[in-house]
Amino acid sequence: MAAHPTATNDAPRISVRGVTMAYGDFVLIRELTFDVRRGDVFVIMGGSGCGKSSLLRHMIGLHEPAVGEILYDGDSFTRATPEHRDELLRRMGVLYQQGALWSSMTLAENVALPLGEYTTLAPREIREVAHLKLALVGLKGFEDFYPSQISGGMRKRAGLARAMALDPDILFFDEPSAGLDPISSRLLDDLILALRDSLGSTIVVVTHELASIFTIADDSVFLDADTRTMIANGDPKQLVEHCPEEKVRRFLTRSAEPVEHPA
Amino acid sequence: MNTEGHPARGAAGDATAATADVAREHDGTMVVRLAGAWCLGGGLPAVEPVAEQLRGTRPRALRFDASGLATWDTGLLAFLDRLEAASAEREIPVERDALPEGVVRLLDLAHAVPSRTGLEGTKVRVGLLARAGERTLALLAGGRAVVTFVGQLAMAMGRLVTGRARFRSVDLAVFLQDTGAAALPIVTLISFLVGVILAFVGAVQLNQFGAEIYVADLVGLAMVRQMGALMAAIIMAGRTGAAFAAQLGAMKVNEEIDALTTMGIPPLDFLVLPRFLALCLMMPLLCIYADVLGIVGGFVVGTSMLDISFSQYWNQTVNAIGLLDCLPGLIMSVFFGALVATFGCLRGMQCAGSSSAVGDAATSAVVSGIVSIIVADAIFTVLFDVLGI
Repeated sequence: MAAHPTATNDAPRISVRGVTMAYGDFVLIRELTFDVRRGDVFVIMGGSGCGKSSLLRHMIGLHEPAVGEILYDGDSFTRATPEHRDELLRRMGVLYQQGALWSSMTLAENVALPLGEYTTLAPREIREVAHLKLALVGLKGFEDFYPSQISGGMRKRAGLARAMALDPDILFFDEPSAGLDPISSRLLDDLILALRDSLGSTIVVVTHELASIFTIADDSVFLDADTRTMIANGDPKQLVEHCPEEKVRRFLTRSAEPVEHPA
Repeated sequence: MNTEGHPARGAAGDATAATADVAREHDGTMVVRLAGAWCLGGGLPAVEPVAEQLRGTRPRALRFDASGLATWDTGLLAFLDRLEAASAEREIPVERDALPEGVVRLLDLAHAVPSRTGLEGTKVRVGLLARAGERTLALLAGGRAVVTFVGQLAMAMGRLVTGRARFRSVDLAVFLQDTGAAALPIVTLISFLVGVILAFVGAVQLNQFGAEIYVADLVGLAMVRQMGALMAAIIMAGRTGAAFAAQLGAMKVNEEIDALTTMGIPPLDFLVLPRFLALCLMMPLLCIYADVLGIVGGFVVGTSMLDISFSQYWNQTVNAIGLLDCLPGLIMSVFFGALVATFGCLRGMQCAGSSSAVGDAATSAVVSGIVSIIVADAIFTVLFDVLGI
């Protein structure tokens, strides 16, 4: 079950140790080392195509790091046996960029599937829990809709309901505000904060949405496509003022590189 | 001089053709007079003749006269851009002040970010030998992927047998319906017509010996031993193999398969097994159905055109086909079902990236499905002959 936020434990919840990501010979990004504290909202930021989503996919085991390892509570995920890895995965929930709902199932069935797999609840109880999770993300009444029948924002929220199905204590969000209007995106941010505050979940968010970053982030890492590594680590509210890297300050203040026009 | 900052899009009616006349002034500068409607839709003058003039006696500077310019869009920009590139080659200064303000601003914008070289997407010339090597390696990797997938499938079957495989029985029911009952109309049409065609081809030859009655033997045996299984398999490769590849490919692109993996549910159990089982179960049934329809096709030709009576044809068919003759077709059809399902699911699971990859996956599933069916059919036929079945 999720730890309460006041139950302080100083050991990092997630540690990324010297991770290099590569596809074949192509090194995407190298030497990433950072920690995610328990109960924080941690943001992975950076320009387009710098490997933010890839880093997230490495953290949830969809790709293997070429070098280095990822630890959860000091427990190596990279070197875990398949059974142990499944156990660790069960404590994580992932919201994919487009929701990634299983299109042949209704919303309620989507949320119910992990419950049926990993709990001993009776079918009726599973249905009730699934309905509750959908109600939590504001989708009451849409239980029997198929993913193709609802809007993109609703799909994302349903994806979140599914990610929360097993009350994971770590939630991963891949570009939660991509493709959402400002209001929906703000509501999703509020939902993320509410989850953290009420369930004490640790939350990792991939985003480049500034408004979102400043609203939710406690801590962050900045990936840079040019140098292919991380160039900043810390609270974005601090980084915007004090980061030694000009690139990070420019990113966080939304100022473009000055374009020099020939006079 | 035109100080208009925006492209003045005049009415199409008063637009005159775009022209660029070159003149040399006494002070050694070259003046390009732009006139008419410089629009992409209206056809533009070629740059080369003007650029050619620049390569002649080196002018002191390049100037423009845009007083006759009626309208312009990015067509003018493309012309000027190339002209400026040509003058930059010979280091001829360009005076832009006579150009419309908007043109100058856009030209600056186009040069604001220098062109990047050595990018990933840059095409590199590869020699014949290197290409042959790459193809061979790709072929080997493809073969390895098939073997790996078959191995994973075998492990999933093992989990199924020991009762640990996880998929929804409702999925299996949907696929049984989709690969069985829903396929009947097309199987009906094709196998009936194959029976008709066989009867015609046979009748022409057998007629020469006055042995038309053996059309019944020919059609019956051909359908039962070969054509029923083959036709059903090819139809299913085109119909269901492609559908499986497209379904799984779209799920892959939409990260639905990743979502299963991170939930700890093996996609192979959840998605591939029900499809595989449904095809392996339904293919022999479709094969029997195709056999019967093919014989009916032969019967229609025989009784209506060859003057064979109903009972003659019936008796001839029943005597020709023994129970053992049905065995090869049935055995092959189970195997063909496995092939179609394997390639359909494999190509779908291999799908990566974009929606165009889904189309490629479907195409590749049909091609590899049909090729493997024909090859397997040949091997089986020789094998049955050796075994004497």
